[in-house]
Formats: sequence, C-alpha cells, structure tokens
Amino acid sequence: MAVTRTTDSGLAASVGLTDADLVAMYHKIALARAVDERMWILNRAGRIPFVISGQGHEGAQVGIAWPLERRKDWIAPFYRSIATCLAFGMTAQDILMAQYAKASDPSSGGRQMPGHYGNVENNLVSLSSPVATQMLHAVGIALAAKIRKTGQVAMTSMGEGSSNQGDVHEGLNFAAIHRLPFILVIENNGYAISVPAAMELATLDVADRASGYGIPGVVVDGSDVLACYRASKEAVDRARRGDGPTLIEAKVIRLTAHSSDDQQTKYRPEQELAELPSHDALPRFRDQLREAGVLSEALEATIAAEIKAEVDAATDHAEAEPDPDPSTAMRWVFAEEWPSETPPPWGLGSHGMAGHEGDTSAASGAVD
Amino acid sequence: MALKTFIEAIRETLVEEMRRDPSIIVLGEDVGKKGGVFLATDGLWAEFGDDRVIDTPLTESLIVGASIGAAMNGIRPVAEIQFADFIFPAFNQILSEASRMRYRSNNGFGVPMTIRAPYGGGVHGALYHSQSVEAFFTHIPGLKVVIPSTPYDAKGLLRSAIRDDDPVLFFEHKKMYRSVRGDVPDTDYTIPLGRAAVTHAGTRMTIVAYGLMAHYALEAADVVAEEGISVEVVDLRTLRPIDKEAVLNSVRKTGKCLIVYEDNRFGGYGAEVAAIVAEEAFDYLDGPVTRIAGPDVPGVPYNHVLEDWFMVNPEKIADGIRKLAAY
Repeated sequence: MAVTRTTDSGLAASVGLTDADLVAMYHKIALARAVDERMWILNRAGRIPFVISGQGHEGAQVGIAWPLERRKDWIAPFYRSIATCLAFGMTAQDILMAQYAKASDPSSGGRQMPGHYGNVENNLVSLSSPVATQMLHAVGIALAAKIRKTGQVAMTSMGEGSSNQGDVHEGLNFAAIHRLPFILVIENNGYAISVPAAMELATLDVADRASGYGIPGVVVDGSDVLACYRASKEAVDRARRGDGPTLIEAKVIRLTAHSSDDQQTKYRPEQELAELPSHDALPRFRDQLREAGVLSEALEATIAAEIKAEVDAATDHAEAEPDPDPSTAMRWVFAEEWPSETPPPWGLGSHGMAGHEGDTSAASGAVD
Repeated sequence: MALKTFIEAIRETLVEEMRRDPSIIVLGEDVGKKGGVFLATDGLWAEFGDDRVIDTPLTESLIVGASIGAAMNGIRPVAEIQFADFIFPAFNQILSEASRMRYRSNNGFGVPMTIRAPYGGGVHGALYHSQSVEAFFTHIPGLKVVIPSTPYDAKGLLRSAIRDDDPVLFFEHKKMYRSVRGDVPDTDYTIPLGRAAVTHAGTRMTIVAYGLMAHYALEAADVVAEEGISVEVVDLRTLRPIDKEAVLNSVRKTGKCLIVYEDNRFGGYGAEVAAIVAEEAFDYLDGPVTRIAGPDVPGVPYNHVLEDWFMVNPEKIADGIRKLAAY
C-alpha cells in the first residue's frame, strides 16, 4: 500500500505501528464491511439462504487480532468474526465461499452454515453453533503451547451472551491456574439475539469477572480501533511473557439484526437503532486516519476500488464453483474409512436415498 | 508373558506410551500425585511431571474441551473422566465438538484424543457410580467407542486408541480392574480398533457381549455346555465402528442370537446389534433375536439385594440361553 509520507505519522508512532499498518488495518475493516454488505444483498436476492453478520464489530476485531502473529498464534473465532478471520489470513473469497457453501469452501467444504469459519492453514479453529464451546479449545491450544514451549498465544472471541456459558468459567479458571498464554475477547454488543445485556448480566461489564479468576480484565471502546489494538498488544505481550491470561471486553454495536432470519425492530427501540451509526468504528477510524494525514482522498478511493473489485471477483468465483458431490458426504467421519459399517445393499440405513432392492449405488457411494 | 490385572495392563500401557511419545499427556481429576481414584495413573506424575500429568479442577467439560484444543496443537491427550457417570457435563464437547471436528472442517482439523472412563455396576456404587453409558456415545458418528474385557485386549486396544488420529472413548469396567487377570506379553503389540474376537466357539447360538458381560457370557457358556448346549461367544471389544462381519458370520453359522448388555434394556447398544442381525442375517435365523439387559430403572440401586436384582449375571444369561435354545 503506497503511503506518500516519508516518516510515519504521530498517530502511528503513538501506538508503535507504521502508517502502512494503519492503512492495512483500515483496509481489513472496510473489506469486512463490504463482504458483509454483499452477503445481505445476496441473501435478499435469493442467492444464499442465510446470513449472520459482523457489522459494528469490525474495528474491534481488526484492532484486537492485529498484534497476534499469523500462522503461529491461534484464534478460535465465533460467528460474527468475519473481520477477525480476514485480519488473520482468510480472504474475501474464503468468506464468500462459506456463504455459498460450495465444495471448495475452505471452512467446511459446504458442510456448515455460513458464519462457521475455520481454516487450518491460518490457525483459525473450526467453530460450531453451540456458543462458547470454542473457549475450551483455545484454552487447550494455549495449554499445548505451554507444554511444547512454542511461544504461541491462543485467543478466542465471543459475545457477552455467550460469556454466561459454563465453559467460559471452566476455561478461565483453568487458564488462570496454569497462567496459560490465553486471551478471552468478549465483543459486547448489548444483545444476545433479542435479550438485552441487562437481562444477561448483573454487572455492567463482563470484564469485572476477571478479578474472580485473579487475571486482568479490561474494558475497551470497540469503536476505537487503536485502543483495541493497544489493549490486545498488552495482553499478547503478557501472554507471551508467561504472565497468563487476560480478559478483554470490547463494547461494540450490532448494526444488523442477529441474522437474516431476525427482525430486530421488534425488540430494539427506534432511538437506539438511530444512534448506532455514531458508534461505528469504520467511519471513526477513517476520520482519524484522514485527520492524521495517513489516509488521503486518493488512497481512500484506491482502497475502495480494490475492495469492490475483490468482493466482486470473490462473489463471481463463489457463484461459479460447483456444489459438493453427495458421493463425498460420507467422507471424513474419521481419518480412515470404516467399510465394516457399510449399510446393507438395500440401503435403508445408508442415507435415505436408495430404497430399491438390488440398488447398490448408495451403499457403494458410502465407501468411495 | 506375565499375568497382570486389568488395571495393571492399563497403567503399563499409559506409562509405555508416554515414554514412547513425548506428545502424550494425561489429564483428569486426581490423576496426579494420587494416581487416580482407581490408581490407573499411579506413578505417572512421579515419572513425567506436572506438564504431562495434570490434575484438573472438577470440570469435565474443560477436561474434554481443553483436550480437543491441545490435540489440535500437537498434543495427544489421554483424558480421564473419574466415573463414566460424571461424563455428561462433557457431553456437548464430545458430541458437538470432538466427534464433528474432522467432518465439519472437511478434514481440516482432527482430534487425536482418548477419553478413559470407568463404568459399570456390581461394585456397590449405586445410581451415580455404576452406570453403563455407552449407548449415548455409540450413537455418535465420528467417535470410536472401545470396551475391552481382558488385560491383553485392554493393552492392545488402549495402544491403538492413543495412536489413533480420531477421538476414542475407552470404557473400563470397574469391577474388572482387580478381579480380572490375564497374560500380557511384553511386546509392543496392538489390537486394531473395530475388530471383535470369538472367545468361545460353539454351534447352536451366538452370544454377543462386551466388557464384564463378555466374562459372564463365557461363564454361562460353560454352564450350559454341561447341559449339551454349545454356544459361541463374540466379544465385540470395539462397539463403534462395530465389527459387523464377525457378528453376522457367527449368527449365519449358529442361527440364533442372544445379546447381553448391562445397561438399561430400552434403546441400549444391544438394540442396534439386534437390528443389524435382523436386517442382515434374517434368512439364517431360526429364533427371535433376544436381549438380556439391565432393567429399565433410572440407575443401579445401592442395597445389595436390589443391586443383585439389577445386575445381569451368569445365571440370568444361562437362563436366557436355555430359553432361546428351546425355541
């Protein structure tokens, strides 16, 4: 990314980054928003059946993911983690492939719903739908890092709704006991689908719970990208030093409904929805970079054009890719296949497809 | 070749595997200094230290969930759930996470993890220290379920489980820990997962069993042999993936099938065996596929008279054999 200045701005220097870093962060945030908006358009156009969105979380996600080392450290993301995944090595095409659930979707080969990202090459753990289960996976990854002395840090993120699950307690307690290189990120957008935070939490901040585990808990404004970066950098350094876990709570906003199947005007006040854009990290960070002289009009236009081209190309690619072949649907139950469990040739137990005596196609497909 | 108890075979396997592969860790409740409530991990902490033998808090979900994460980052965890009865807080991690990880990531991630759990009744353990819980888990695609019945099998199968690249649930019957002895060679042998063993040859009936019931089936086979009834005993050893051919080959030979399990009868593992036999050996049957199993009460009662009432034993099995043989 071309930056015309010869020395870095005071803004970049104030957080120990370069102007190129700031522009790259802005690029990821804007890309995540563009991918997300495209998902909704495709959904409303009937091209993809379901969307779960990260709009309003992107600035916090990019700021927090930035200090981690790609392909060394690990992140166990959640279903709103589009910007996290983009910042950690996935591409717009990877995200759109998951929306279309095509055979070459790198998250799951079209097996999972959209939003269930994961990618082994980028150390992004495959996620499921029961919330907060990934907490324990990240703790286990951190445990392995400590045992193997790899210097890796493991991070997981989830909403404040998920923070109430028992796995979060079990995981934080264990990570704190063993001073694991672990970071829990709570992206508090104020709602668990329709239930407001006041009905989910007796305290204002999830971060208050950290003291109960003897670890630092910090609250950060999720619309302030560089504040998120600083909080994360401190937590990563601390984890890397062997000083144990940190809980970071980023106050973010949910700009969209919970999902494409939700109507949030039913449970959110009109006034609240009207005020949301003023807490949006994307325009705030853009203004901050403009003001600091990091982002010129020309550069902004170039980035916007690059993003549009990337999202268009990603959409076209995903649209054109083939669906998965049902003959592959029995594969990867285990690393190896187990023909001893092949259903009988009349196929009643196979996958409900055969049903004709003498038709062995379904059964043989099961062991391809 | 040395005579060893069931639990000695398990403990030795853990020690030998941990010496062989430094990526193996053991974690669970009281597995460290104490060596486990049954002493299955006795001596491991002294030899391998804090990093590789980890006393966890009382958090079954964490034991399994953190094992999943560790397994994805180069560790081969052997988790202990202190009693199979206590495994249910970890059910979601086993069902939704460990068993689905490879499938849902299209082979991106695997979970090479073994979960050991003592199960079974007849030990004055009442409702919450006696359960047979295998049916909940054999229903799950993506999870291997092993229940050995001899020290020899325990060692060979535990080695295979630990070396397997997918999650394996390894159930050990508590009553067998010290009451069952057998020859265990000093070699690095393995027994492949998914292979049953015919432990008693016979002609008139096939008995399918596993765990403690595989022993009781053998005892019953000896009793009825004196009455002139020749039965074949198939010890499944691995419940999932099931060795269908071993069961079907035997039933096709004998024409009758009796399935024995300690768990509650309704919807138990034996129901699936019965379905397989009915579907795939129907033409060979000359009697109803029959089950002998625990009664459908919510747990094994404590009082010894009630516990005896609950437990399947060699006498009950012999009785079932006689009835089916007379059909």
